[in-house]
Amino acid sequence: MTRLLDIQDLTAGYNGVTVLSGVSLHVDEGETVAVVGANGAGKTTLIRAIAGMVHATSGIVTFSGTNITNQPTDRICEAGIAQSPEGRQLFVSLSIEDNLRLGAILKRARARTDDNLARVFDLFPKLKARRHQLAGTLSGGEQQMVAIGRALMAEPKVVMLDEPSLGLAPVMVDLMFDTIADLNKQGMSILLVEQNTGESLALSSRGYVLENGSVVLQGTGEALLQDDRVRKAYLGL
Amino acid sequence: MVELYANAIVNGLLIGAIYALVATGLNIIFGVMRVVNFAHGEMVVIGMYIGYACWQLLGLPPWASVLVAMIAMFAAGYLFQRAIGNEFVDKPQHVQFVLYIGLALAITGLHAIIFGPDPRGIQSAASFATYRIGPLRIDATRLHAAAAALVIVFGLWAWLRYSLTGKAMHAAAENLTGGKAIGIRITHIFALTAGIGMACAGTAGALIAPLYDTNPYLSSEFTLTAFIIVIVGGLASLPGALVGGLLIGVSEALAAVMISPSAKSFVSYCLLLIVILVRPQGLFSARRTGR
Repeated sequence: MTRLLDIQDLTAGYNGVTVLSGVSLHVDEGETVAVVGANGAGKTTLIRAIAGMVHATSGIVTFSGTNITNQPTDRICEAGIAQSPEGRQLFVSLSIEDNLRLGAILKRARARTDDNLARVFDLFPKLKARRHQLAGTLSGGEQQMVAIGRALMAEPKVVMLDEPSLGLAPVMVDLMFDTIADLNKQGMSILLVEQNTGESLALSSRGYVLENGSVVLQGTGEALLQDDRVRKAYLGL
Repeated sequence: MVELYANAIVNGLLIGAIYALVATGLNIIFGVMRVVNFAHGEMVVIGMYIGYACWQLLGLPPWASVLVAMIAMFAAGYLFQRAIGNEFVDKPQHVQFVLYIGLALAITGLHAIIFGPDPRGIQSAASFATYRIGPLRIDATRLHAAAAALVIVFGLWAWLRYSLTGKAMHAAAENLTGGKAIGIRITHIFALTAGIGMACAGTAGALIAPLYDTNPYLSSEFTLTAFIIVIVGGLASLPGALVGGLLIGVSEALAAVMISPSAKSFVSYCLLLIVILVRPQGLFSARRTGR
């Protein structure tokens, strides 16, 4: 297996406050890797630091063998890392279709916008019927679909999903995790950041537990689900 | 009497169209970057001097002078934003204020050095051409300038609404984090925004160069008028800039004939006060979006 995304000893934070300290993790091609942890553990900061939206004070982020640490975000996206960010961050006064088309603004995918749009609509048929509706008028689940679809429009090599299940109705949560599993079956490499520990570890080949900005546990998804500490602290068992 | 008012209204609408173009530029810059261009009136005056220099000194045809002003100001705005402006977008407002006031003073000073303090005007036979429609007498230059301004305003709306780059500007204005996350080149989008905003001002300046004599100190009046329009019409609202521009144009013109020419800005400020008291978000309020 080829190592796609490799993070070594990453330290990052905001305004001098260190949020992530010395995090190392990797995503191989075709893998779904879960990063779980409580609110404030540094999950979102991890995604933002990989994407160049937060300055990494030390450590190295390597993508496909190239050092991309602290590169401008648009260049990192252009290299093939897309994300569905925390809080989805849709353009609420633009239509679903416009939101998706903007996901393909990068040079790497712009020429194939229409093909990719069709592919996203295949994945989320609900969005196709409502393509002209404003993104702000959608339900939480539908907004999350747009956020994931928008990331996929960039034809990424790896997609980072920040809390895709947050705030969704239980039936939507199941659908969302099914979709993520499907995406992975189609060959997409996924870095999944979640508070929903059980569901996300269940569909991931490997997982990391983040606590106070450091990786405290790692292993296969299955092994972590069996781990006593995980069961106690995150699954309430 | 009716003729007098009708002519005043028509003239007001014509100058209002120019105001709308100026205010559109200010609104686009504010809408996308949340930055107030205090040097906007100076940009109009640059446009007037470019128009004067191209037409009067170089003998270019009027349309070419306008085109030169548009392209030059777009380029200047783009480069300014890339070189300096982008560093100030995240800074507190009082820091931005110092930058743009400094820019305004520098431009006024440069104008005074290059062209001197005396008014410069374009002498052209075309300035005296008029159209007559019934009782109305419409100054041809004024009509052409207004028509061009409206074409640019509507063209800009269409471009912002339908082009991918326009949508990216809209997206960055509405949700900067989301825009960054999907890889929109924010520095480029901001520079385009500054380029377009300043080109609006510069083009408006070139369009009115044949109508008014230029001097370096006209700028603050333009800046204030543009601010009034933007507040009356609604911050960051493009329809607001258009309607506000026409409204201020007409009310100024009517004030000039009904009260006295010196009452023009008095009436504008009254309108401003009424709007602030009754509808502080402006006639057309753009959606308030978080940054």
